[in-house]
Amino acid sequence: MTNPALLQDGTPRLTDWRAMISGAVLIGLALVVTFFLDTPWDSVSTFRISRPRDVWAVGNLTVPSQWFNVIASVLLAFLGTRLFLKGGGRWTALALGIGLLVLVLSFLVWATAGKAISLTGMLQATVVRAVPIALAALGGILCERVGVINIAIEGMLLAGAFAGAMFGSLMGGWAGIICAMITGGVFGLLLAALVITYRVDQIIAGVVINLFVLGLTSYVSSQVFAEYRWLNKASPFRSFKIPVLGDIPLVGPVLFNQNLFVYGALILVTLSTYYLFHTRHGLRARAVGEHPRAADTLGIDVIKTRYAHVIVAGMVAGFGGAWFTLGSVGRFDENMTFGRGFIGLAAMIFGRWHPLGALAAALIFGFADSLQQKLSILNTPIPSEFLSMAPYIATIVVVAGLVGQARPPAAIGKPYVKE
Amino acid sequence: MDIELRGISKRFGPVQANQDINLDIRAGEVLGLLGENGAGKSTLMNILSGLYSADSGEILIDGMPAVFTGPGDSIASGIGMVHQHFMLVPVFSVVENVILGVEPTSGVDYLDLEAARAQVQEINTRYGMEVPTDALIEDLPVGIQQRVEILKVLFRSADVLILDEPTAVLTPQEVEEFFAIVRALRDAGKGIVFITHKLHEILEIADRVSVLRQGQVVGQGDPASFSEADLAEMMVGRPVSFSVGRAEATPGDTVLELAGVSLFDAAQDARLVDINLSVHGGEVVGIAGVQGNGQTELVEAITGLSPATAGKIGFAGQDITRTSVRQRHRMGIAHIPEDRHKSGMVGNFTVAENMVLNSYYDDSVTTGVQIDWRRVHARAAEACLSYDVRTPSVFLGAGSLSGGNQQKMVIARELERDVKLIVASQPTRGVDVGSIEYIHQQLIACRDRGNAVLIISSELDEILDLSDRIYVMFEGRIAAEFDNRGGGADRNAIGLAMAGVNQGINRDETRDETRGSAA
Amino acid sequence: MSGEAQSSGPAMPPEMKALLAPAIDSRSSLRELFILPLAAMFLAMLIGALIMMATSVAPATILQSFIAMAHGSVGSLHAISETLTAAIPLVLAGLGIGLAFRAGLFNIGAEGQMVVGGLATAIASFSVTGLSIWLHLPLVLLVGLAIGAVYAAIAGLLKAATGAHEVISTIMLNLISIRLLDYMLRQPFIQKEGRSDPISKAVLETAELPRILEFLDGNLRLHAGLFIMLAAVAVIYWLLFRSKLGFAFRISGENPGAARYAGIRAGLTIVMAMAIAGALAGLAGATQVSGVLGRATPGFTAGIGFDAIAVALLGRSHPVGILLAGLLFGALEAGGRQMQVDAGVSIDMIGIMQALIIIFVAAPLLVRRIFPPLFRERRRGGDEHD
Repeated sequence: MTNPALLQDGTPRLTDWRAMISGAVLIGLALVVTFFLDTPWDSVSTFRISRPRDVWAVGNLTVPSQWFNVIASVLLAFLGTRLFLKGGGRWTALALGIGLLVLVLSFLVWATAGKAISLTGMLQATVVRAVPIALAALGGILCERVGVINIAIEGMLLAGAFAGAMFGSLMGGWAGIICAMITGGVFGLLLAALVITYRVDQIIAGVVINLFVLGLTSYVSSQVFAEYRWLNKASPFRSFKIPVLGDIPLVGPVLFNQNLFVYGALILVTLSTYYLFHTRHGLRARAVGEHPRAADTLGIDVIKTRYAHVIVAGMVAGFGGAWFTLGSVGRFDENMTFGRGFIGLAAMIFGRWHPLGALAAALIFGFADSLQQKLSILNTPIPSEFLSMAPYIATIVVVAGLVGQARPPAAIGKPYVKE
Repeated sequence: MDIELRGISKRFGPVQANQDINLDIRAGEVLGLLGENGAGKSTLMNILSGLYSADSGEILIDGMPAVFTGPGDSIASGIGMVHQHFMLVPVFSVVENVILGVEPTSGVDYLDLEAARAQVQEINTRYGMEVPTDALIEDLPVGIQQRVEILKVLFRSADVLILDEPTAVLTPQEVEEFFAIVRALRDAGKGIVFITHKLHEILEIADRVSVLRQGQVVGQGDPASFSEADLAEMMVGRPVSFSVGRAEATPGDTVLELAGVSLFDAAQDARLVDINLSVHGGEVVGIAGVQGNGQTELVEAITGLSPATAGKIGFAGQDITRTSVRQRHRMGIAHIPEDRHKSGMVGNFTVAENMVLNSYYDDSVTTGVQIDWRRVHARAAEACLSYDVRTPSVFLGAGSLSGGNQQKMVIARELERDVKLIVASQPTRGVDVGSIEYIHQQLIACRDRGNAVLIISSELDEILDLSDRIYVMFEGRIAAEFDNRGGGADRNAIGLAMAGVNQGINRDETRDETRGSAA
Repeated sequence: MSGEAQSSGPAMPPEMKALLAPAIDSRSSLRELFILPLAAMFLAMLIGALIMMATSVAPATILQSFIAMAHGSVGSLHAISETLTAAIPLVLAGLGIGLAFRAGLFNIGAEGQMVVGGLATAIASFSVTGLSIWLHLPLVLLVGLAIGAVYAAIAGLLKAATGAHEVISTIMLNLISIRLLDYMLRQPFIQKEGRSDPISKAVLETAELPRILEFLDGNLRLHAGLFIMLAAVAVIYWLLFRSKLGFAFRISGENPGAARYAGIRAGLTIVMAMAIAGALAGLAGATQVSGVLGRATPGFTAGIGFDAIAVALLGRSHPVGILLAGLLFGALEAGGRQMQVDAGVSIDMIGIMQALIIIFVAAPLLVRRIFPPLFRERRRGGDEHD
């Protein structure tokens, strides 16, 4: 009557397909590293850390290329085999992450074999390029935590970039940033009105706002900017060094010698972490995103909370958008955000709807971005178009690999109707 | 604190949910509010808790008129509501749920969880509720979740508690514990409104009773002066027969047999463990148990929605452990799903489309790869007539039918074809009394035609009324089995089994008996 | 059994006849189908005019630009030919997006699917030689269709296997397709001889969709893709509302729980719906390359895949609605070009107006609030609860 085999320790297991596939992928990567990324045994990859005139100069980091990659492929093969045979459970994602990191590193070592690049410069670029992604992700988090999907993040970035360039040209950089945030906030308000008050499907509303912003900014830039060039010629923010901290080798230039947007993003991430998880209003916001009806019965205004967060999210995205113009060249080009908003949403999922997680994810995407830039300088035989696909492919891998493991807020995508 | 409702009316479109209702709620007293689904109980209480505003009428608190513009006002004046569907955030801890909306803070809006925990713990011990304050809601059993709801209300120092169908999810023993808490609250001077459609609960706990029917108060007074039959007649508006008239079962061959069936979910947690059960032709077998003890998974294993991880499922002499949903459907397994909105129907489809929701591929309504809609429509119209589905047209969107008619539509679809086994999960949830009676009759009629019927319900009364044999599920296992021919099963023993207190009830004996009579 | 159901037709009891009478409220459907889009269109033009004023376009020019739009879209045979030509890829790709919508999938990847489909068509149309038009043309169109289907199926597979949301993955596939196109156009077997910029060789004459109005005027660009478009509308209509597969798609889209209950395999449905959607988008790219452009260039799809989202939304994911919406957007496109020439207003204005139309159509509550008299209803239950 009973089934002893079942009730004893050896519980029947479903085949862990995710772990098996991940394991197979890692083993495949080990083969890639072994056969495609091999270099002469005597070649050395050099990573520069300090510039000669730095206060505290540190020597270069040199790595024997082939040895590094042998170790990397052994590590990959080990992780892969383990996952394949034993399954990974919760560790699958982590193992996959480590595997991808090892792959990227050995790729970098291979590309630099016999040459030298500046590690500091690369990490600096990583942080800079992570900024719009992190801010987009933060905007996404603020919306999704209250139960609103924000596909319109891309459009808000673009609107911020546009407003930053135009008002920055007219009234100077600071005014440009403020106007970019206001513009982002206005589109946040539009999204909020559509999805909260008029109950338009959240994804449709987001897509339409993206189309609208793309049309509007393209129209103005071809109709107006083409003629009045001075309207699209803002002076960008320069980076400034924080005294003492900025002189620390490696860390200094990467974190403490950056422009306003980098510092702003770091502050916003810290603030929103505190807000969401340690304050009264953060708790209420999360309750609205998880169970709006419960929040309503406790006297929390669901509609107002959602409006406020979506608008603030728009402002954050507007600030992130200004990075594209005021944070780099000061000029607006059509569709210049090129999918960064969507990558931000992937970073949000990767970071499990937590600002710090999203920042970490954004840094990974930023690294992929700057890697691509450096590699095209190093003259690798890989076509630049393929390198520039890397962040997009990485996004797909992340979204596919982690979905289901991370749990989004429960009320996401549903309009709140008071019966 | 005393509350008076004077002439409350509320209309939703054509539906008069409340009409000129007068009600007194007094401190230190339990007011029983009796009425069937849709009688307007919830609307009335939602008005009192500030979620809705009344079209006319007024609320007096200690004689002073009160105006509620939102739930916040109602809470502030000392009214606390425990909703039928718990209003708890599953991923928050108990403390976080209790303090939500009235959080103690320090510094810059900083959430002072330490202070909160101490306060919650104090109430917790005062009323002997034994709730773990730092556990996540999703990890707690429903009985404890309900106490969290009460903690929430008490934390807001409510003087009047509204309890909306509080016992629906509890075992009989949990109900007893719950009544003890309710009495303790009453004795502490709280006013309590106890909403239910269960007559015996009113008789047991209420000091006064008001009966609601079609939005109006149709009777009130001292419960001791009413009999169950009186109350039922007031509630429904006509004399009600309590038991479904059913003849003695004549069990035939085994139709469904589960042997050592186990089911593990994606996270490798056991949902079903070593289930052994059988259902014979010509008998109704009931599965009792508190919701969430594996009933859903059992139905999925039988219908093929989730394949069993281990064990064997036999149907009419064939091994169906590995066959698909469609194959089982074709072989003659009918499935009335537990939640018609989630899976039993498509609200935006027409009644006709819903009638072929899971048989649209069948040769009888198709020609090649094409669906023959003319045949579908004709068949749907026939089914509507023979199963009393009241709709003006089969082209009407199913979403606009009443709950009872939607459920009858689902039942028509499942029973209209030639089946051997009916798996009916919560067959009468959210359905009016008239439809409940009709659905019960149809299920018994199926049994009398020699089919096997398996009923899964969290309403113990429904199980006791309909079943010839009863299995009780607890934590994914069959905890006990009872013979209920002639209504002989011991309600109390079933309740204990539902709560996991297994006293080794003569399961094997009953089993042998049934086997004997089957042979 | 089946014969019985049919034979019950003539001698039907009256209560059954009543059940079989149609229940559609013709007034509300008329309002939904025509008045709402017209009101949306009017609002979009109004806001478009405001935006033009804000960018210091003179009122006279604004008026002129609307006249130019009307003239350029329906004002002459040439204009109608241009409108129809522009509508062909919009309707084809829109049908794909609409079908995916019905199955509960939001295919934002039509643009990328058009890119790979069109590119494949271009390659097949100059590298395969020596075939007659009767073989070569169907071949290149089928290649475009198949590649589009495969590319979309990637997103479908990812969703089915891992749950990755199709919105993110199709957007990424769009971005990838653009890089892929840039790369491929530089490959020696594709790039036009003697050119350093990325541009493909020209489509052979045997792979061109013939122009169907050439006998009237050599400048009329309308091509035989029109018939493909009309056939696709009919086929998709049949698929969605008459076939078993379409019914399964629609159940999956309306209520995934019910689809599971009905024994519909979710993964397979997702992959199939995406593949069909991609096939239609690929076909749109193919007709564009073979019927209009004659070669592949960077960005040859010109955002049609995104406009097609708007077409599908405006057409309410109904094949006939999509046809009408595609014609409207084709007219806007053709009219917009005329507007740019005549009034000097950038054609990007059309993009703004298209987005606005969709906003208003997707938010009927909003339009009702702006034009209450158009939507005044008899008092009916359950309309406005709050």
